[in-house]
Amino acid sequence: MKARSTLHRLPAVWRTSSSLLVAFWIVVALFPIAWLVVMSVKLPIDAFAPNVLDVLRGPDTRARVGGPSGYDLLLAGASLGLAVTVHRLRRTLFAPFADTVGELNVGGTILSYLTTALTLGVTTLVLTPWLGSALEAATPDGPLAHPLLGATLQHFRAVWIDNAFHVHLRNSLYVTGGVVSISLTIGALAGYGLARKGSRIAFWILIAALVFRALPHSTLVTGYLPPFIEFGLYGRQIAVIIVLVAINQPFTIWMLRSFFANVPATLDEAAMVDGATRLQAFWHVVMPVMWPGVITTGLFSFMLAYNDYLVAALLLDGRDQTMVPAIMQYFNRETTLGDQLEAIAAAVSITGPLFLIVLVFQRQIVSGLTQGAVKG
Amino acid sequence: MNQRTFWAFVGPSLFMMVLFIAGPLVGVLVQSFQQQRADFETVERESCTPFGCTTETTAVPVTDDDGRIVTRTVWVGWDNYAALLDPDAVRAALNAPGDALRQLAQIRFWDALRFTVTFALVTLPLVLVLGLLLALAVNTLTDALKGPTIFVTLLPFIITPVIGALAVRWLFIGDGILTAGLERLLEREVAMFAQGWTIELMMLGYRVWHVVPFAFVIFYAGLQTVAAERLEAAGIDGATRWQKLRHVIVPHLMPLIVFVSLIHLMDSYRVFDEIVGFSASGYRTSLQYLTYEFLVPDESGNRSIGRASASAVLTMIGVVILLVPLLRNTWKEQRRA
Repeated sequence: MKARSTLHRLPAVWRTSSSLLVAFWIVVALFPIAWLVVMSVKLPIDAFAPNVLDVLRGPDTRARVGGPSGYDLLLAGASLGLAVTVHRLRRTLFAPFADTVGELNVGGTILSYLTTALTLGVTTLVLTPWLGSALEAATPDGPLAHPLLGATLQHFRAVWIDNAFHVHLRNSLYVTGGVVSISLTIGALAGYGLARKGSRIAFWILIAALVFRALPHSTLVTGYLPPFIEFGLYGRQIAVIIVLVAINQPFTIWMLRSFFANVPATLDEAAMVDGATRLQAFWHVVMPVMWPGVITTGLFSFMLAYNDYLVAALLLDGRDQTMVPAIMQYFNRETTLGDQLEAIAAAVSITGPLFLIVLVFQRQIVSGLTQGAVKG
Repeated sequence: MNQRTFWAFVGPSLFMMVLFIAGPLVGVLVQSFQQQRADFETVERESCTPFGCTTETTAVPVTDDDGRIVTRTVWVGWDNYAALLDPDAVRAALNAPGDALRQLAQIRFWDALRFTVTFALVTLPLVLVLGLLLALAVNTLTDALKGPTIFVTLLPFIITPVIGALAVRWLFIGDGILTAGLERLLEREVAMFAQGWTIELMMLGYRVWHVVPFAFVIFYAGLQTVAAERLEAAGIDGATRWQKLRHVIVPHLMPLIVFVSLIHLMDSYRVFDEIVGFSASGYRTSLQYLTYEFLVPDESGNRSIGRASASAVLTMIGVVILLVPLLRNTWKEQRRA
């Protein structure tokens, strides 16, 4: 109530200027990413045209390859609307999975997201092209039957099919999967131990971890290279997993410790009074209420491993490479505009999953960012 | 929790950190005083012409059975450091008044140090101020707008750094859409990738774009905990909006400002992905990129592990100097808690 009353007293000038600032920031934040997506579906002449409207409309692409007709665009819009509606109604649709305040439980949440994704997938990938071409055939002279915008998926096809980028996707999944699972397992144990023991030694471990967090990653790789080459680990993804888990460990234990500290210690003590061992109390009593913290920490570990360039670039090569360093292969050869567009399509492909993660886990990411700062 | 259980829980993580962080650090320190040298043997070769025979002795690297060059590790003292720091050239540069900075910038290490420190110190205030302004602005929005705004704001932060740098690069490279716009505005040719300072400007801009969301989220969360009573009391005492910000909000956010500064200095001192994304190494390098460059095999497949280690050690010394004041602060706070 208090906050609202101050809000109403804001002078109009103040409110307008802060709205303008936010609007300006939104444009700045979105523009490079949105532009990447637009370029990725155009032929070179359109993608690198000096005129904004030419890039957006893609006249050359439309003339040579075509693009979505008015019907396609309308149907795609309708599909998106339908998916959003399904998502909005998730608490009603999955009422059996809701608790007393109407929040869905974990199973219900997963189910609702799958339903939304399925709705969107079926309507955009199956119904839209099918209905679109049927309508175009029915009204061949109508204003909506012709391609409105030039767009092509040929760069994506070149990246994923001709250049076998899926090999790199598999490598990335393997590395990120390994990093997330190992980081979380040992990190959760340590985080719990550190949260439940306020001794001097726990304090020093945390300070050392903070110093380790500041280390440049190349320093660590310099230390690893000679032994890795010696023991034949060089060029194998397990080497990258080891390095990234080590780099990630200080951050993981800090974050998990602060999540564990929020779980009252009386909870595990009560369980131990009832005869549970420390490990049983940890696993059966504390962990079930820790999932939000584990998911959040897991997200940040995922991003560290997924976004890494340096470690993989130094320790892997060729077909064993993960996606982000693999994209730089487009810059090593004589780059034509076509190669650049393939690199752009690969960049969009790499960004796609991250976009989905923000969409689904926005709240967890925000809580993870503020966890360390606000609570200490 | 008793001591034994504590070690059992913390053990695996500690083992990992000792073996894979502390261990390599010691390794790097040792390696920085060593070099890998190829073994050479002298081969006498007789070449005969109709006018008589001459024997030449040439040095050839020893190869093992697989044809690989045999190397051995030699202790070289401070050689690696000397090669990096180039004290003679530094002395010469310092003796050239007026031209000292330009000459220093010719030495790769000093140039990298200059760029890295500039990068960290210039982006820091920008990130703090823009993050705070954005947090204050979003705080005045209606609730329905806050969610989508935060979603969009997170995107620059979440994007893979190399990809984000590439995205900005494609806006500017050649006749990229923003370069074309600049050319129309300035009515002259613009080439953003033809000189160092424009590349540096783009890298600074990219990093601010990438990190502002982080500062924003932290400050925005902090703003929610400012006591409305204190703001109102300040208002009754006749404080202007600026005075409230200066004397109530900023002091309240101070621990968060220190936290964001600490994390940002750590991260920006490690600047690396920008150099890769903008292919800037011809014009600008950072300390971490310098180490990376030594580790990439050259044409004959050799890595300069010794040089890389020396560069890594110097980089670490830098990070300690940069962070000591901030770390002391955290240390005191944790101690009190």
